[in-house]
Amino acid sequence: MVKVKNLTDKEYLYGHKACPGCGLGTIGRLALKILGERTIVALPASCMSTVTTQYPQMNYSVPSLTMAFAGTGAVLTGMSAGLKAQGVTDVHVLGLAGDGGTADIGLQALSGAVERGDDFIYICYDNEAYMNTGVQRSSLTPIGANTTNSPSGTASYGEKKPKKNLFEIMIAHRIPYAATASSAYPYDFMNKMEKTKSLRGPKFIHIMCPCPTGWGFASDLTVEIGKLAVETGMWYLAEYENGKVKMNVIPKTLKPVEEYLIKQRRFRHLNEDTIKLIREHRDSEWRIIRERWVLSNC
Amino acid sequence: MINKSKSSNLDFLNGDEAVAYGAKLCRPHVIPVYPITPQTIVVERISEFVANKLMDCEYIHVESEHSAMCAAMGASLVGARAFTATSSQGLAYMHEMLHYVSGSRFPIVMMNANRTLAAPWNIFGDQRDSLAQRDTGWIQVYVENGQEALDMIIQAYAIAEDDRVYTPVMVNIDGFVNTHTYELVDIPQQNDVDEFLPPFKSKNAIDFNHPRSFCMTASTEWNMEFRYQQQQAMDNAKKVIEEVDKKFGDKFGRYYGGLVEEYRCADAEVILVGMGSIIGTSRIVVDKMRDMGLKVGLVKLRFYRPFPVEYFKGLSNRVKAMGIIDRDISFGYEGAVASDIKSALASSGFCSKVINFIAGIAGRDITKEYIEEMYNKLFGLTQGHDEKELQFIGLRW
Repeated sequence: MVKVKNLTDKEYLYGHKACPGCGLGTIGRLALKILGERTIVALPASCMSTVTTQYPQMNYSVPSLTMAFAGTGAVLTGMSAGLKAQGVTDVHVLGLAGDGGTADIGLQALSGAVERGDDFIYICYDNEAYMNTGVQRSSLTPIGANTTNSPSGTASYGEKKPKKNLFEIMIAHRIPYAATASSAYPYDFMNKMEKTKSLRGPKFIHIMCPCPTGWGFASDLTVEIGKLAVETGMWYLAEYENGKVKMNVIPKTLKPVEEYLIKQRRFRHLNEDTIKLIREHRDSEWRIIRERWVLSNC
Repeated sequence: MINKSKSSNLDFLNGDEAVAYGAKLCRPHVIPVYPITPQTIVVERISEFVANKLMDCEYIHVESEHSAMCAAMGASLVGARAFTATSSQGLAYMHEMLHYVSGSRFPIVMMNANRTLAAPWNIFGDQRDSLAQRDTGWIQVYVENGQEALDMIIQAYAIAEDDRVYTPVMVNIDGFVNTHTYELVDIPQQNDVDEFLPPFKSKNAIDFNHPRSFCMTASTEWNMEFRYQQQQAMDNAKKVIEEVDKKFGDKFGRYYGGLVEEYRCADAEVILVGMGSIIGTSRIVVDKMRDMGLKVGLVKLRFYRPFPVEYFKGLSNRVKAMGIIDRDISFGYEGAVASDIKSALASSGFCSKVINFIAGIAGRDITKEYIEEMYNKLFGLTQGHDEKELQFIGLRW
């Protein structure tokens, strides 16, 4: 277990230009504190690369590479292979990509890299839309969310489809380690990062990263929103290793989805009918979770 | 014809195999590669080398050409020597990555088996695939046969990794006509290649003692300076290409002439310019027409980027007419090679004596008869006959 007093004082990511309240800075900082200075970071086109690698103001004190949108998985493969070919075994290669860069345009490269079993850590920070380009929907945008290209209107309740389940896609690859996490649960995240250090092969963490700008909430509510997502069952914390899924947090009763939705501008247009849609989707997801991963483990 | 090196090792290889041997001799650390006809034999031979420990490298079965170039870039970032190979649709698919690699100055070498682009779908050769990558910032060389393909893979690393260049190199070899044609090829000795091409110590790679961000965002106030440096590197490459050609020739006994090679041009009245496998056929036609007393010459354009503009500027006052064979066309204008050459000739006023021949599209044969016909049209031009500036050769109607 990670103890805060043992965390390094060194900062490997600082001075970034992310929006106030963005969960991204926390994710990057904590991930690198766990992995340490012998880490190489690969960043596709995304919020993360935009706010950290603007020449000449570089924000990493570890080596980094900004990459094509679709290629994070493949560039991690190449780094890992290049290090191996030169006999270097003590370096972590870390990909930090957004939801669009992972679940949409980058899914093929990620799938290829995981299938090959290459040695890398991949963090998908999920702010549930293409935030860097101005809040357009991705396949990880939740049902009912208003985005700039899935707007609510007289004939639309916003995003029509629920989130793609990336965690289960990774499990389908029989990946050595996959987890979901949240920037609102830093210990949980750091412990998961710690696990990735000692495992060989591909490691994947899908971390929810609430976005004050795109979701529409005050910048001091990032942690509260992140916690509400888990408490209402709109997000969950889990990990997959040795062929089994473990739920890290199982709320006894899920809070009403309204408590989560009402605090965010992107859901403000919803009415009773559409909230019902969201509630039903959440309940159906949790039925699956309980059947597959909770009850079967008892 | 083979110019044997000092300690020769002749084998009967097709062009793809020659490329595979060339890559093997360069000892790349990482080879991410995706199969596509007619490049597949390169993929297969290298995988056999690795499977039998004849080659020590990380051979990666990537899931696309885009990923092939991403992985090559990742490998180059950590200081590894990277090689890949592709063709046609694959090259088009990795187009984005070509810019990334050249812009971040990773000296990767790639073989491209020249094949046409769909649609209409076709697997046979022309040079539309690589010529469409003109502005990606890659050095492009076109080879005539398997021997030159093998030799140019080795030279490509020497050029790409030169401090003055640090620019990726694409070695283009005509699909099927070269990739699948068997010839006697001299495979250089490993120790000779090791002397010629020492282990790669990249100056553009990560260093944990001096962490840097690579391929970062460069804003408007800086971006143009990066581009200027790319142009400087290309200018430098012209000199480096000549130096490497000489160094290679001194070591292995084969000189290729650098940016261009002239064949029987000294007193030529009319010349044809071409790239790739067509040169071999054209040499035979030149010899035949020379035997008939006709003053014909041939220019083998080897490097398309950097483009030998100075050479072509100087050519206009030496000949009476010039034909440019393009195995491509930029729809709505003319062949890509012709545009560049005519641009170089513009100040000379010579362009009226130039015909652009579009030929050999999608693997259609460019026969000796066609080449002779081209020369005759050029003679016609010198005698005042009307000739269209742009002509399709071997067209059905």
